[in-house]
Formats: sequence, structure tokens, C-alpha cells
Amino acid sequence: MADAPLLSVEHLDVTMRGIPVLEDVSFQIAPGETLGLVGESGCGKSVTALSIMRLLPNPPGKIAGGRILFDGIDMTALDAAGLRAIRGDRIGMIFQEPMTSLNPVYTIGDQIGESLIVHRGMSGSAAKAETAKLLDLVGIPSARNQLGRYPHEMSGGQRQRVMIAIALACRPKLLIADEPTTALDVTVQAQILDLIGRLRVELGMAVLLITHDLGVVAEFCDRVAVMYAGRIVEEAPAAELFRRPRHRYTEALLHTMPAANPPGRKLPSISGTVPAPLDRGDGCIFAPRCGFAVPRCTAELPPLEGAPHRLRCWNPA
Amino acid sequence: MTTTAILPPRRLIARTLGTPGAVAGSVILAILVLGAIFAPWLSPFDPNATRVCPRLAAPSLQNLFGCDLFGRDIFSRILHGARLSLAVGLLTVAISLIAGTFLGMVIAFLGGRADRIGVRLLDVMLGFPAIVLAILIVAVLGVGAFNAALAVGISGIPRIARVIRSATLTLVGREFVDSARAVGASQTRILRRHLLPNLLPIVIVLGSLDLGSAILSTATLSFLGLGAQPPTAEWGAMLSAGREFMRYAPWTMIFPGLALFLAVMSVNLVGDRLSHVLDPRASGSDG
Amino acid sequence: MMARMPWFLRRILGIVPTLFLTWSIVFGVLQLIPGDPVMLALGGTPASDEVLDNERRRLGLDQPVYVQYLTFLKKMAVGDLGNGYSSKQPVSEMIAARVRPSLELALGGLLVGIVLGVVLGIAAGLRPHGWIDTATMSTALVGVSLPSFWIGMLLIYVFGLQLEWVPILGDGIDALILPSITIGLFLAGGLARLIRSALIETMAQDYIRTAHSKGLSIVRVVAKHAMRNAIIPPITLLGLQFAVLIGGAVVTERVFARAGLGSMLIDAVLTKDIPLVQGLVVYTTTAYIVINLLLELLYGIVDPRIRSRRA
Ligand SMILES: Nc1ncnc2c1ncn2[C@@H]1O[C@H](COP(=O)(O)OP(=O)(O)O)[C@@H](O)[C@H]1O
Ligand SMILES: [Mg+2]
Repeated sequence: MADAPLLSVEHLDVTMRGIPVLEDVSFQIAPGETLGLVGESGCGKSVTALSIMRLLPNPPGKIAGGRILFDGIDMTALDAAGLRAIRGDRIGMIFQEPMTSLNPVYTIGDQIGESLIVHRGMSGSAAKAETAKLLDLVGIPSARNQLGRYPHEMSGGQRQRVMIAIALACRPKLLIADEPTTALDVTVQAQILDLIGRLRVELGMAVLLITHDLGVVAEFCDRVAVMYAGRIVEEAPAAELFRRPRHRYTEALLHTMPAANPPGRKLPSISGTVPAPLDRGDGCIFAPRCGFAVPRCTAELPPLEGAPHRLRCWNPA
Repeated sequence: MTTTAILPPRRLIARTLGTPGAVAGSVILAILVLGAIFAPWLSPFDPNATRVCPRLAAPSLQNLFGCDLFGRDIFSRILHGARLSLAVGLLTVAISLIAGTFLGMVIAFLGGRADRIGVRLLDVMLGFPAIVLAILIVAVLGVGAFNAALAVGISGIPRIARVIRSATLTLVGREFVDSARAVGASQTRILRRHLLPNLLPIVIVLGSLDLGSAILSTATLSFLGLGAQPPTAEWGAMLSAGREFMRYAPWTMIFPGLALFLAVMSVNLVGDRLSHVLDPRASGSDG
Repeated sequence: MMARMPWFLRRILGIVPTLFLTWSIVFGVLQLIPGDPVMLALGGTPASDEVLDNERRRLGLDQPVYVQYLTFLKKMAVGDLGNGYSSKQPVSEMIAARVRPSLELALGGLLVGIVLGVVLGIAAGLRPHGWIDTATMSTALVGVSLPSFWIGMLLIYVFGLQLEWVPILGDGIDALILPSITIGLFLAGGLARLIRSALIETMAQDYIRTAHSKGLSIVRVVAKHAMRNAIIPPITLLGLQFAVLIGGAVVTERVFARAGLGSMLIDAVLTKDIPLVQGLVVYTTTAYIVINLLLELLYGIVDPRIRSRRA
């Protein structure tokens, strides 16, 4: 982390209808780096991603504290015009739901070219030429003829490729990919991930890759942050984290990976459930489900400490 | 699923009064109904007696809503008009509901070609603008308060029939109809004893939603000269007459219009709420 | 064979049976008018049997009903609506002469309704439960119960007679203001409600989030990405209301004493001028069906998914 970070999320607190869903979330991404953000469904990954883009639906969502510095600019303090200048131009985003994320009544050519027209001031024909190149880039064959197609005429995988083309149209410095493959067939999943991996290198952009699939993280990410119930509990270089997970939750998560389990056996899942936001005590939120909890765990919240391996645990492995 | 329909009346009323709008509507409606029922005793004057006051006299303590061209007391006429409007509204809705329900059930129950042809015809009828259909029927029946009610009632049949047909279709597929068939129940018995009771909540909802527009439509026909004829004390006809003199006597059109508006609004407010409480689909979402 | 046709041809051919059925219903209903049509045709003037017979033959009323029906359909297909009983003029010409006042009123009402309904609907839909929304929706709720003829009269009384801002009679454009407002208010309530709900639903869609993520302005997001998806229900409402209006705003024409198709229909009913009633109803329902068709074609242009769907 010698470079100045491209994105620096600092002590981010987010509430939904006044209930905290993110608490004290901090992490950084260096230019060109890929950070994986993992955690069980509902732990706040999407909220984190949307907060960075300031796309949280408000109401109910609200950024209650902290800062989000992108390239030195505090996203939480930007007005609408300032946000527009960054969204789609310097940060691109792809979502979990390719089937519904494209506007059904406009052609894909229109939807991809729109960013170029808005941000780059391109003419219609220039945008069209560039759009065709983008479709090539994301691996949609005979791109020129595809510009006039509508989303409903395409498969889920193709639509996600279109979403990637939209996100990358202006060559952003940061790509936020929120579970980009969860809704897709397994074979297509691998293709889309390969595509993102390849483009990341080609375009030299940083990626925040959100997933609940640790296998994906192992393959693609430089560093990994593990989230649990709205907090980051552990963060480390990917290789380090897989070799030596220290937080008990990370450990449990790794045990649920298919590779860690002989085929045919039922995937173990972590027992217990995440406590509702209002039922959380003063201590570590994972403590009620943790097999290694000591008295201090339920009494006092552990801080997130250490470098480069950050950890929030009183009794680590 | 029909349990909501069999709520004891007291709970039904309590739930229906669940919103401020419904309470306001119920109060206004209650006043109108009482006024209608007791019109002969409440009216200070005979509604049709002329020269009980000076022509086009302004509202005063003797003549609360003023007087019309013939020196009739507008307040008394409005009270009697409430009788007519409410009665005609109920008659209209009854016609649409009874005929529409019967038609819809029969079409759905016969199924096959009868159903396809029936639906096609109903859809074509629904392509007629409502007022045009009513006027066309008046052209056949002739003008008059009763005929206007009949016309509005008949023009409401296709819509009711369409809804009831769909509702019946979902019921016909249910097991209780199959088992009734299996034990050899006759067609009419299945229709009457098994389907009709289950359709009742929908019928009531449709009726409560239609009553307001039925009152409005029949008054409209009277306003156009196609319904109740002078000197009948009817709101639409009174408005039509009031139109001529509004420069000198605006009360001749303000008060009948206000009465009509309040009647339609109160019925709509109550009907809206009632349908919420009764509608099986809506019952889960409201408290 | 139908399935192979382009979608719009399929739709266009689809209205033929509807037109046929509609016309047949009009014909059938008017057969039920009691009394001898020849007497009606002669306007009730006493006449000798010979005159009656001649007239009967001239009108084709001596033929069996099914022959009359076929003649009616044949004439209908070429736009011949027969002659009016009272004026003896071709009904089609009588209608044509009255189209203009009704059309003006329809367009005026539509204009007021669209401006008011779209502005309020969007304002309400973008901020559900905000004060504009609350005010608009409660007004609309009360408004559906307002008799439009009463509103028209109140407008005349206040703005025409008391304030004297606008003339209440005449053929000028300013005489069109109050009736247009009367119709427009009535349209705006329903339109605003539809736009509101369609917009609320659309703005919650994932593709709207995508549009925001591209850095588009809120105006562009709403006007381009949301409206085109939210517009079909409001267009349908407007189209069908327009169809009703060009057949004559029966009530508003009466209130404002405008000589359009609506007042013509009332007069025709009162004088029992059967061919004229028949012609007017046929005209109105046909306009309704044709506009419905145009709307469906428009949906196909607005939403590509509709084009590609099979019959
Ligand atoms: N629009 C919303 N309204 C209310 N609560 C929400 C909304 N979006 C997310 N949440 C809550 O925020 C928490 C985090 O959700 P999310 O970030 O979507 O989880 P995930 O990690 O699966 O992406 C969850 O408890 C969820 O219930
Ligand atoms: Mg998520």
C-alpha cells in the first residue's frame, strides 16, 4: 500500500429506518488493486457498495457517519452535480441482477452509448463506434449488429456483459461489482469472472468485488475483507487469509467452501443466525455463534487492528 | 377464503369505520338517508307546491336554500330528491348486479364455446363509452326517471358479468365444485348452493363501488333531459333548471349540486372502505 | 397464417370482427325501439296509408329484418349512415358538420388535463407522501365524486358571471377556456393518479438504479428511463378518454351550450331520430375502437417487448 489509496472508506456508518446496518466500516483500495468483500447474505455488502456510489435508496437508507474518499474527494459531501461527474465516468458499477438492471425499452447500443454521450460529449455516431468496440471488448460477437438489440432478446450472461460494457464505457478507475455472477448459470459465472479479471488487467483499474463465494475471492483478489453483520471483522492479503484465517468467523466461512469438503457431503453451514440489529449486545456480534468465545467477547467490542492483516477478535486462531 | 364475508355485522361495521374518510362518509350518508326517509316530515313545504315563496328568492330562514323559478322551496325539493336519488341508485345497482352476476356465472359455468362468445360480446359492450351506452338504451326505452335507472343499470351489466365470470372460473376449478359434481348435484344446485355464496363478497364489493357512480349517472341523464322530468324533485333535473337562472339565483344550482356531490362522495368513501374490508385479496393487508 | 404477419397487421385485422359486432349490436338495440319507425320518420304527422307505404318502401322498412341488417352492414362498410328523419340530410354530413366543435373541446380538455395531470402526477410520484402528493391525491379522491356539470356551472358562475374574466358563450378560443377546464379537471385527477403509481413503481426498478449509476441527471433518469416505462397506463387512459370526447362531451356541451356531437345525440334521442342516433353511436364506438387500435400500435413502438410477443 505504498500508493495513495484510490478509495478510502473511513468509519462508515449507515442506517436503514434509523437501524444501523453498517457500523464503523473502513477499508482502502489502491489503484489497480482488487479487493474482495465477502460475507453471508444480508451482512451489508450491497449497502456498502451502494453507499460508495451514493445510490442508497433514501429513505430508508442514510449515511449516518464516516467518510468515503475517492481520489481524495469526499463522496459523502458531494452535491448531485459532483456525484454525476464521478458516477459512470470514474466509478463504474455492475449489479447482481442482470435480468432487471437493463432498461427494457431501449436498445443495448443506446444504453451503453449514453454514458459516452453524457460524460465524453461524444456525438451519436462516435458513441456508436465506441459502443461497438466495447461490445467486442466484453466478448459479444459481431458487435456492430448487436447494437440494435433489446435486453429481452438476450440471455442473462449476455446481459451481464452488456452491464459490464456500460460500467466500463468511460474507462473508470474503479469498478464496483456487486455479486456479478450470483444470478447466472455456473458455466456462465466462470466466463463473466474471467472477463472481469482480464479487463481489470487490460484497463488497469481497481475492482471492489463483492461476493459470497470464497472460491472466487481466492482466484481473483489481491486482498480480502470479511464482513459480518455490518462490520468488517478481518482483512488481509488473499493468500495470507486463506492460509491463516484468524477470525473465528472467517475460519467457519472457509470450512463451508466446496473445495474444503469432499464431494457428495452436505455443505456444512455455520450454525445459528445473525442476531437482529436491535438484539446485539456490547461485545463481538459473532460471539453468540462462536465456539471459542471467552467472557470478554460478549462484554466488549474488539477493535479492528493490525497491518497488513487487520483483525477484530479477542480470541483469534 | 370467504371468512371475511361472514364477519359478524358488528365487527364488519367496526372495521368499515376504520378510517377518517369512512367515518366522514358514513356520517354524511346517514344524514342523507335519514333526510330521505323522513323527507315528508322534515320538509317545511310540499316540494311540488308552487308559490310557497317569491320566485327565485334568496336563501333565508324560511327557505334555507332559497326558491326556484316557480316559487318552490329548494330545501324541501332537495330532501325529496334524496329519496329519489338513493332509491334510483339502489335500483340501478341491483339491476347491474343481479343480471351481471347471473350472466357471468352462466357463461363461466357453461364454458367452452358459450364462454368464448359471451366474453367476446361482453368485451364489445365494454367498448361502448358508458354514457353512450346508457343514452342508447334510453333511446329505446324512452325518457323518464325509471327508464334512466334501467338504462344505467343495464349499461353496467357487462362489466359486472366480466368480473363475475372470472371469479366463477377460479371457483369452478376448486375441489368443492368437483365433489358436488361427484355426488351428482344438479347444475342449478351447484350454481346456487355452491358458487353463489362464494361469489357474494365480490358482488357486494362491486355493488358498493358502483353505487356512487350509479347515482351520478342517473342524475346526469336527468340533467341532460333524458331522465326524471320536471316537475319531479330530482337533483339532476333541478340542476338543469338552475343552469338557466344562475346569474340571478345561483342557489338554484349550487344546492342541488352540493347535495349530489355529498351523496356520491359519501357513498364512495364508505364503499371504498367496505370493499377494502370485504375484498378477500385486500383483507390480509389491512388491520 | 396470422402468426406470420407483422405484429401491426395482425392488430389491424383484429379490429374487423370487433367493428362488425359493435355495429351489429347498435343495429340490434335500435330494432327494439317500440312503435312504427315510419311514423317516427314522418315526425308523427298524420298521413294516409298510401303515403306510409311509400315511405316504408323508400326506407327499406318493408323488407324482413335480416335484409335490413345486411343492407345496414353493406352501407356501413362504405360509410353510408343513411338520412336523418327530421332533417332528411345524410347523417354522415350532419356529423361532419358537428365534428369541429367537439374536436376543439376534446383537444382543449386534453391539453388542460395533460398539463395538470402530468405535472401533478410526476411531482406526486417522485415524492410519495410529500405534501404535493397528499394534496393531489386527496383532491383527486374527492374529485371523482364531483358532478362535472356542477363544476362547469360553478366555473361559469365564478369566472364568467361574477369575475367576468372569460366569455361563457361564443365560438372564439376564449369561450373554450372554461369547458376545457371542466373536462381537463376531470381528466387530470385520474391521470395524476395513474402517473403517480406508474412512476413510483418504475422508479423502484433496478434499471433506474443503473441509470443513476451511469451519472445521468435526474431529469434524464425520469424523462428518458422512467417515463417511457411508466407511460403506457397514462397513454391508455388519455387515448380512451379522447375517443369518448371526440364522440362529443355530452354533459359539458350541454352546460356550455355548445353545438357539438354530444348535444346532437341528446337531441336525436329526444326527437327519436333513429338514423341519427344510430349514426352517432356508430361514429363514437368506431372512433373508440380505432383509437384503441392506434394505442396498441403505439405500445408496440414504446415497448419492444410487446412487438416481439406473439398473438
Ligand atoms: N432497501 C432496504 N430497506 C430496508 N433494509 C434494507 C434495504 N436494503 C438493505 N437493507 C438491510 O440492510 C442489511 C444489509 O443488506 P445488504 O447490503 O443488501 O446485504 P448483502 O450483504 O446480502 O448485500 C440487511 O439487513 C437488509 O435487510
Ligand atoms: Mg447484496
